[in-house]
Amino acid sequence: MTALRAEGVFKVFGRRPNEAVRRLRDGASREDVAGLGTAAVIDTTFEVTPGEIFVVMGLSGSGKSTLIRMLNGLVRPTAGSIILGEHDLAKVSAAELRDIRRKRVSMVFQHFALLPHRSVLDNAAFPLEISGVDKAERRRRAAEALGMVGLDGWEDSLPSQLSGGMRQRVGLARALAADTDVLLMDEAFSALDPLIRSEMQEQLLELQQTLGKTIIFITHDLNEAMHLGDRIAMMRDGRIVQIGTSEQILTEPADEYVATFVADVDRTRVLTAGSVMVRPKAVVFAAAGPHVALRQMRDEQVSAAYVVDRNRKLLGVVRDQDISAAVRLGPVALVDLTRDEVSAVSTDALLAELFAPAAETPLPVPVIDARGRLVGVIPRVTLLDAMTPTTAEVAVVDPATDPSDAYPIAVGPDLDTELDDLRLTTTGDPR
Amino acid sequence: MTYAASTEPLYRLPLGDWVDTAIATITSTFDGFFDGVKTVLLGGYDGLALVFTGPPVWIVALVLVGLAFWTKGWKLAVGALVGFAVIVGVDQWENAMATLALVIVAGAIALMIAIPLGILAARNDRLSGALRPVLDFMQTMPAFVYLIPTVVIFLTGAVPGIVATIVFALAPGVRFTELGIRGVDSEVVEAGQAFGATPGRILRQIQIPLALPTIMAGINQVIMLSLSMAVISGLAGAEGLGRDVVAALARVDVALGFEAGLGVVILAMYLDRMTSALADRAPVSRALKLAAV
Ligand SMILES: Nc1ncnc2c1ncn2[C@@H]1O[C@H](COP(=O)(O)OP(=O)(O)OP(=O)(O)O)[C@@H](O)[C@H]1O
Ligand SMILES: [Mg+2]
Repeated sequence: MTALRAEGVFKVFGRRPNEAVRRLRDGASREDVAGLGTAAVIDTTFEVTPGEIFVVMGLSGSGKSTLIRMLNGLVRPTAGSIILGEHDLAKVSAAELRDIRRKRVSMVFQHFALLPHRSVLDNAAFPLEISGVDKAERRRRAAEALGMVGLDGWEDSLPSQLSGGMRQRVGLARALAADTDVLLMDEAFSALDPLIRSEMQEQLLELQQTLGKTIIFITHDLNEAMHLGDRIAMMRDGRIVQIGTSEQILTEPADEYVATFVADVDRTRVLTAGSVMVRPKAVVFAAAGPHVALRQMRDEQVSAAYVVDRNRKLLGVVRDQDISAAVRLGPVALVDLTRDEVSAVSTDALLAELFAPAAETPLPVPVIDARGRLVGVIPRVTLLDAMTPTTAEVAVVDPATDPSDAYPIAVGPDLDTELDDLRLTTTGDPR
Repeated sequence: MTYAASTEPLYRLPLGDWVDTAIATITSTFDGFFDGVKTVLLGGYDGLALVFTGPPVWIVALVLVGLAFWTKGWKLAVGALVGFAVIVGVDQWENAMATLALVIVAGAIALMIAIPLGILAARNDRLSGALRPVLDFMQTMPAFVYLIPTVVIFLTGAVPGIVATIVFALAPGVRFTELGIRGVDSEVVEAGQAFGATPGRILRQIQIPLALPTIMAGINQVIMLSLSMAVISGLAGAEGLGRDVVAALARVDVALGFEAGLGVVILAMYLDRMTSALADRAPVSRALKLAAV
């Protein structure tokens, strides 16, 4: 299912747009057709799935605004089609287009675009007023939308009395009040200062989770793109050069342009523990004896091992010197020697959140899933590697492209076979 | 010899003759139309003049002072009161009210033409381009030149004055309106479009309200130009302060000239302060002022 589909879309501003499109289709470059017009968007095709945050990013002048404005007909494509529901925006009449804008797709603007002489409430109610919703009803719905963005109590203020962040919340509430499935946001947070900006990002993610809107978000800030986007489309000189998840863009840039773009991104805020973790070297079951544990540590040449229960739930860590000391005194259960001092992180923790746990212990940071099961570890070297672009490509391999058993460790069906592996090593131990 | 040659031009464009013929033709062809225009304008002017001069002076003055209080506050009201007292004191009240009536009729009609024209020009680059030289012409042609054809068409009295005033005062009304509408933040207009507003709604609820402070400045200009033209209309025999100014000039009567001139100054100040106070009352201006507090 798709919320929105663009197929072979071109937009050329200028005197002879159709001629320019013909030449571009024949392989001419943007510069080749400069005499005929500005080729702002060239042959772009993409699909946005419902409930997705689809980020478009690229340098200034790469055609992002032109692209997003074609998605609600503010700019008409020169060629190609934009399918929204049963309509092709390239073909609809002006009246149909208005209807689509009222019911299907709304927009949040970079500089908020509020009406300065109207109260916050009336601004938020504006789309409903346009749609002909009666006054009481539209005020009720606008107030509700303002509540969603945390602006209760500000209904009667004028936009000029609010801070930038609050104004953009009004802009967001206005788009939410319109209650369309698709939300277009062109550099919606670019005019805000960094703190407010990240606050707004969090709020947008929250709203998107609860409301399930389909969001097309434009930015030229890669960190913002990576933080918000389920998928990111990288634009260059009017063309989309790559579409992928943050991690794909980061770890498998399609070309030099994308690679330079992502070079200085803060990777620790994009990559997750799950994507860089490796198979834990030494894992022992609590049920196994201390000797098994010791032997395994010796085999792996490590001085400590993680202890898990039957379900692979992480119990803690055990050290070789503790075991050696204890076994000399007599029989002892492994659980009694287990320390629970390690702090585990979840698979979707960002690398940035891993520095503290990594500093606490010389052991690799254990990674657990939602049920507390140990699914991998992150040694310090891996953490450091992941932060630098060049080695990251080696350290991180997408499971989809490389299903080899090295890593990352699959959580799921594979787990049982892994458990079997472990059992084999433990049972094979001569006491 | 050379001097004689210079007084005898190489060629002579009979532009003036052409305009003269054109006006004569227009006058005879559209006689009925001009009669209609004359009746309407005269009706409006006479009616308004009666409103201003009919009731006792103090009632009219008090209403005007009250208006000043309502639009701006007590300072303007006091100023207006003093000003009107001076006008009455120099026996120019009747004249001032006749001039005021002419200014209001001509100014209102000028605005009724100028504002829609400005809106159209803002939406249409071709129209805007075509209007520009016309407006330049209208604004720079010496004011009383307009009186000549209007006198030919409408003869003497208030009507040629009103028509000449309308033509003369039109330009800034068109210009400011176009400027105001074009100057509206395009993102806000786009927001209207993006939420599915019709062009009419965008004009009424976004463009005009946001352009209002600029349009108001245009209105102020139109009124001020109307007043200056209304005075010049005295040349064509329109009643009012202008006629006394013209008479004083003819008789070299310094006293009368000063008194009638003072009446013009006071009226000008009153109208200027009133119209600029109205501009401050535009919702957008008020909203911005509120934020500054
Ligand atoms: N209405 C227009 N008429 C002519 N050219 C235009 C128009 N709109 C955009 N362009 C041109 O199209 C190209 C792409 O512009 P666009 O605004 O889509 O870029 P952008 O990626 O949004 O850039 P930015 O990050 O600066 O907003 C630019 O070269 C721009 O000059
Ligand atoms: Mg842009």
